Amino acid sequence: MHAFVYERPGTLADAVALLSRHGPDARLLAGGTDLIIRLRDGSLRPRAVIDVKRVAELEPGIGQDGRTLTIGATAVMTDIAADPRIRDHFAALAEAASVIGSVQIRNRATLAGNICNASPAADTAPALLVYDATVVAAGPSGARRIPIDAFFVRSGHTTLDPREVVTAIELPLPTSRAASVHLRRTRRRGHDLASVTLSCLVDEHGVTRLAYGSVGPRPVLAVDESGVLADARASDAARSAVLEGMLAAASPSPRSMRASPEYRLAMLRVLGMRAVATALTRLAEG
Amino acid sequence: MNVNGMDEVNEEARGAQGAIPIRLAVNGRQRALAVLPHHTLLDVLRDDLGLTGAKECCLVGECGACTVLVDGRTVDACLVLAVEADGAEVLTVEGLAGHGRLSRLQEAFLEKGAAQCGFCIPGQLLSAQALLDANPHPTLPEVQEAMAGNLCRCAGYEQITEAILDVAAEGGR
Repeated sequence: MHAFVYERPGTLADAVALLSRHGPDARLLAGGTDLIIRLRDGSLRPRAVIDVKRVAELEPGIGQDGRTLTIGATAVMTDIAADPRIRDHFAALAEAASVIGSVQIRNRATLAGNICNASPAADTAPALLVYDATVVAAGPSGARRIPIDAFFVRSGHTTLDPREVVTAIELPLPTSRAASVHLRRTRRRGHDLASVTLSCLVDEHGVTRLAYGSVGPRPVLAVDESGVLADARASDAARSAVLEGMLAAASPSPRSMRASPEYRLAMLRVLGMRAVATALTRLAEG
Repeated sequence: MNVNGMDEVNEEARGAQGAIPIRLAVNGRQRALAVLPHHTLLDVLRDDLGLTGAKECCLVGECGACTVLVDGRTVDACLVLAVEADGAEVLTVEGLAGHGRLSRLQEAFLEKGAAQCGFCIPGQLLSAQALLDANPHPTLPEVQEAMAGNLCRCAGYEQITEAILDVAAEGGR
């Protein structure tokens, strides 16, 4: 690994100041499960690594304030998967967090890091999209809230300014009865990146929110307000037509080594229908 | 041992430009070290402290051969900078046996023939220990999930799983 300067700011102001001072030569370190691999293989050669884990304002907590659940930027997947509020209200996020990497990876990897890396295969991204999450970032001109759907651009790129640091991810608690699920397809059971990753939420009014990743440069959200997809009495043909429309934005790369575009698109449809069925079952079971 | 009761090691690194002083407890023993920012916890455990139980293998967090416990949780030591472990408690495989006696889990690995070439076993033991600490009576799927981040090229998974379930069945004896 090449040498770099290690910074360990104790406050958010110091972290933002360090980011501004080092500019594009700095990388933020949270869980390090992606960064340290890229430091070692030389694909990233920052002059400074800024470790945000001891920033006082980023206590690795998950907190509830009124109707909003806030996941701090240093909260790790193990804690997100185990949190009772997330399991109750945001099942797809708990399920996505629990299938990332291995126990060792989940003990270090953060939700903030997962979205900032902006891998198209990031498992938490579809879950955050169906829950309409908000990314909270701090920069030289103060705090900013970015809707999750406006955060992802393409692989490795977000709308975050290079001088900004993500401080939290906010999830609005559901206002109506709803149920959700996360599904993925991998080459092997256990420890693998997703060939298709998908989250689905159905509410009591029949609105279906479907989000999927690993089938294009960024994760995609599609919403069925018509109620047809979640209507068990609708014909298979009608429901398939709605699903086709929702999955139309998928454009898997032919260059990926994990799965062919044809396979991904076929599995996307299967996972989509399966996820709607599971969410409906969960909704019925309360 | 210096006046603070800390073991001082790696005088060479201390003099190196850019080295950062850290303190950590390794297998219950307080250590004061100077580490370079781009050295991982695995580098420091093996090269500075001579604890070669944790193995360097894939270096991308997939094989688990470098698994150690940091503050009671398993991590891949190849994906942790040593300087990040400042103030932490680290447990390596060298810390599992006590007073010249193997731990119950280590004995079970021996009894079941879980160690073949042995290269992955330090990591396997620590993942298994962390599982049993958190969940003394895991089911088979829970064992498989907990151990998914530790690969064994000898494919000794059956024996490793049997050893863990044996200890679990004894009910924390």
